[in-house]
Amino acid sequence: MSEVAAVHVGVEPQETPLTPESWGKLGMWLFLAGDAMSFGCLIVGYGILRHASSNWPVPSQILGINLTAFMTFLLIVSSVWMVLSLSAIQKGDLPKFKKFMGLVILGGLVFLGCQAYEWTHLITEVLPHHNLSFSKDLFATTFFVLTGFHGMHVTGGVIYNSCVLAAVSRGRYQAKHVEIAGLYWHFVDLVWILIFTFVYLV
Amino acid sequence: MTATTHDEPNYMGVFWWLLVLTVLELGVIYTPVHRLAILALLVVLAISKAALVALYFMHLKFERRTLGLIALSPFVLCLFLILMLLPDIRPH
Repeated sequence: MSEVAAVHVGVEPQETPLTPESWGKLGMWLFLAGDAMSFGCLIVGYGILRHASSNWPVPSQILGINLTAFMTFLLIVSSVWMVLSLSAIQKGDLPKFKKFMGLVILGGLVFLGCQAYEWTHLITEVLPHHNLSFSKDLFATTFFVLTGFHGMHVTGGVIYNSCVLAAVSRGRYQAKHVEIAGLYWHFVDLVWILIFTFVYLV
Repeated sequence: MTATTHDEPNYMGVFWWLLVLTVLELGVIYTPVHRLAILALLVVLAISKAALVALYFMHLKFERRTLGLIALSPFVLCLFLILMLLPDIRPH
């Protein structure tokens, strides 16, 4: 064994060929690819069940479009705030970063509040009115599974972004960490764009 | 080229495009055309919006091509899943 090989045995390469900025970024992309497969299977499963069903209700007549259109707008705006917060920290503007990251977190919380209101409204008023139930009807089951799985991701994103904000404020995290958190948040936005179309509008 | 060296994309431009496409989606569902045409339009609009988010907000446009292939792999799985399940679909 050469001297160089002996020194480097068991040592990870310093730089990933795909994302030279950081290994964490590659890790996040791989996680998101796996997560997208979970969401993809749920959405495809939803589509197959709906297509094969004879009595699937028209979603727009049962689910509120106005509130979810606002929720879609909110996530798109929060994605813009996220890129602006990344842009700010890359330029070393910490106060601006804190402002935009705070808005991202607030946007996520408002989204979750809207979803809690929507679920409560559906469970207590709308579904009983249409003689539908969570446990018996595939329409209701698939709706709650899909939006619930996404809501969990938003909850995770709010916690993740809060941790990133705290760590940057203490000087422990830099721009590359914000970029990785941003990837996750944009993914949550991207998935909601698909859910909004396939579950609420189609 | 890496994500840290490219010029900053026009984020507000992407935002306005996303907003316009969302309004178009809302308009499409009330258009008096065949249901399949509405479905096709909604799928095109949704995929366009998802692509805008991935390419510009997630900077995929400025990353290595292999990373793009990793990001696309779930769509291949979804297509495979649809093709596998097609024989089981018997619309009533």
